[in-house]
Amino acid sequence: MYRIRFHGRGGQGMKTAGRILGTSFFLEGFDVQDAPRYGAERRGAPIFAYVRASRSVIQERGVIRRPSLVVVADDTLAGLPEADVLGGQSADTVMAILSDVPEGTWRSRLNLDSPIVCIPRPDAIKGYAGQAMAGVCCAAVAARLCGSIPKSTLARAVREELGFLAPSVLERSLSEASRMFDSLAPYEAVVRDRPDREFSCDNPPGWVELFHDAAAVAAPVIFGGLTSRLLKTGMWRTFRPVIDTARCRRCWWLCSSFCPDSAIHVGDDGIPAIDYEHCKGCLVCVARCPVHAISAVPESRGVRQENGEEAV
Amino acid sequence: MKRLLLTGNGAAAWGARLAKAEYIPAFPITPQTEIIENLAAWIDSSEMPGRLVTLESEHSMMTAAGGAAAAGVRVFSATSSQGLLYAMEMLYTVAGWRVPFVLVNVSRALSAPITLEPDHNDVFAARDSGFIQIHCSTCQEVVDAVLLAYRLAEHPDIRLPVMVNLDGFYLSFTREPVTLPDQQGAAEFVGGFDPLGMAFRAGAPLSQAVAVLGGSQYSYFRYQQHLASLQALDVYDDLEREFFGRFGRSHPAVEAYRTDEAEMVFLMTGSFATKAGNAVDALRESGIRAGLVRPRLLRPFPVRRLRQVLRGVRGIAVIDQNLSVGKGGILYTELASALYGQENAPVLLSFIGGLGGRDISGEEFIGIARVTIDAIRSGSVPEPRLLYTADELRHIRKLQAIASVQQENHCRNHE
Repeated sequence: MYRIRFHGRGGQGMKTAGRILGTSFFLEGFDVQDAPRYGAERRGAPIFAYVRASRSVIQERGVIRRPSLVVVADDTLAGLPEADVLGGQSADTVMAILSDVPEGTWRSRLNLDSPIVCIPRPDAIKGYAGQAMAGVCCAAVAARLCGSIPKSTLARAVREELGFLAPSVLERSLSEASRMFDSLAPYEAVVRDRPDREFSCDNPPGWVELFHDAAAVAAPVIFGGLTSRLLKTGMWRTFRPVIDTARCRRCWWLCSSFCPDSAIHVGDDGIPAIDYEHCKGCLVCVARCPVHAISAVPESRGVRQENGEEAV
Repeated sequence: MKRLLLTGNGAAAWGARLAKAEYIPAFPITPQTEIIENLAAWIDSSEMPGRLVTLESEHSMMTAAGGAAAAGVRVFSATSSQGLLYAMEMLYTVAGWRVPFVLVNVSRALSAPITLEPDHNDVFAARDSGFIQIHCSTCQEVVDAVLLAYRLAEHPDIRLPVMVNLDGFYLSFTREPVTLPDQQGAAEFVGGFDPLGMAFRAGAPLSQAVAVLGGSQYSYFRYQQHLASLQALDVYDDLEREFFGRFGRSHPAVEAYRTDEAEMVFLMTGSFATKAGNAVDALRESGIRAGLVRPRLLRPFPVRRLRQVLRGVRGIAVIDQNLSVGKGGILYTELASALYGQENAPVLLSFIGGLGGRDISGEEFIGIARVTIDAIRSGSVPEPRLLYTADELRHIRKLQAIASVQQENHCRNHE
């Protein structure tokens, strides 16, 4: 059985990736399961979709615990515990990541011995409008890496799943899928078809007895604002607002007043600062700033700039 | 027949379309909404005749469903979780009206705390309403069960509403291969709706037999619902055989998987049962005679069938994806009452798992089997167990720490 997980953000087409790959396998005669897993259901929030494909009837259900392939559409998710990109990875799990950061960097960052396929992000997905195209690209990545899907079948699946879109969008999707598929020829079939049974009869389930806790613990009063500060909603961003302090007129109220998440604070010096741990990337501040001192930067570039890996 | 990839929601919508449902009162709720969206799109594009009306609540939706069925119209509706409970008053009422229609429930655990994922407390809350209940474990079963449900509901000896249950997420949003009956074959199987004289019209007031007051009358009519429901056991068997003859798929009232010579069996409902089947295969390979028993019909409860398939089994692990607070697993209680006093009755073990959509792993099924075999050998039956791991508890303690919950004097689960 092939077990594939697609990780991305709401709006990047992960459900579509799952459906295109699922349909591709189905057209090739496989038994298939594909499903998105929703959570926050917000644009930019981490979501994933998964696909199982086997030559025999699939009895397994639910989230894939031990993936044979993980495809990451957005490399900013790699460091987020909430996204759980590394969940259940083992020595023969292939990780394919759309990223402009070199493979060696990912290998040392993630401390992985398993295969990593680092794929430069196609130009088509770099702009804000191209976000949704990531799904088509990821489906093509998985099809090539699993190796059981000819390019013509992938194209047929793209047509079946995206046939309802405008012809121009469909054509663009087909050409992106085709380009991605062609570019990965050296990685044809690096993902192994694994046994249908993913669990071992020898591992104990790890149960624990659950004892009664006092109501003060089991139905606690949650104390005030502490918790919302600890919940870092900054991970929902696909784009981040960046303030050019040279341009900022220090009006001190527009961007911070309009920020729906109170994530912009104005210091005593009158310079606004963005709390990136809680900014969700709605870009209201970008729209509101009358002197255009705030720009929208793709999150991946923002992270690199923050780490000093790229000039601001 | 056509084989294609469909979600459980898509399969439910196809069931309604193939059965030629004429009226669909609707109200959206996650994870059911996709059913309504599918039907609305088909009706909008004239691929499906019929009328879909969005009501202001599930309570009104259920009233409209009952009223339309009483007018002699074939009705389909769907809901989930909080929606089903909001309609609860009318569930009992329309069952009392003895009006036939099909309601799909997409299981989702009840608030609070909140989750979008499934367990069966929503559908079990409607257990005593008078609705017949069919529980599915694959997307294929969903479309087939809707067709069977119309035959059951409209049968002259039964005439009760039927609920078809599928799990949210694990079926509702999961695509898998489904073989769709062709429209003509489905229409021939389901047949036309003969309302048997029911002809409720707003302009021509009439009352049905249930418009009575008082305990004696109430007892008669309520018990007649019960007797009608019990009729559905034999009728279902006949229909299921007819369905198999026509479409080649068998959906017996109680599914028995590898129960031949079984020493222990898992007993459960819903989509996780396919995972139990996987575990059964692994256990059999390692020499443990395991099996799986899955009642599809929950109301009426197929007592005779269950006794038949469980004959000779020495231990049963009942896995309840529900919790009657203050008692335990509902299916466990139901099964105990069915087996009490039987000769050589097996030991019964209770496991609570999958609450709020929490997964049940392959390792856990193997663990459950081992505990059950131990109980058979020792004759000592352990207390009911919640399937919960040390890792999960550690996660909860972390969340409590973030919330600054003072744990020192109140927790017994220390590391």
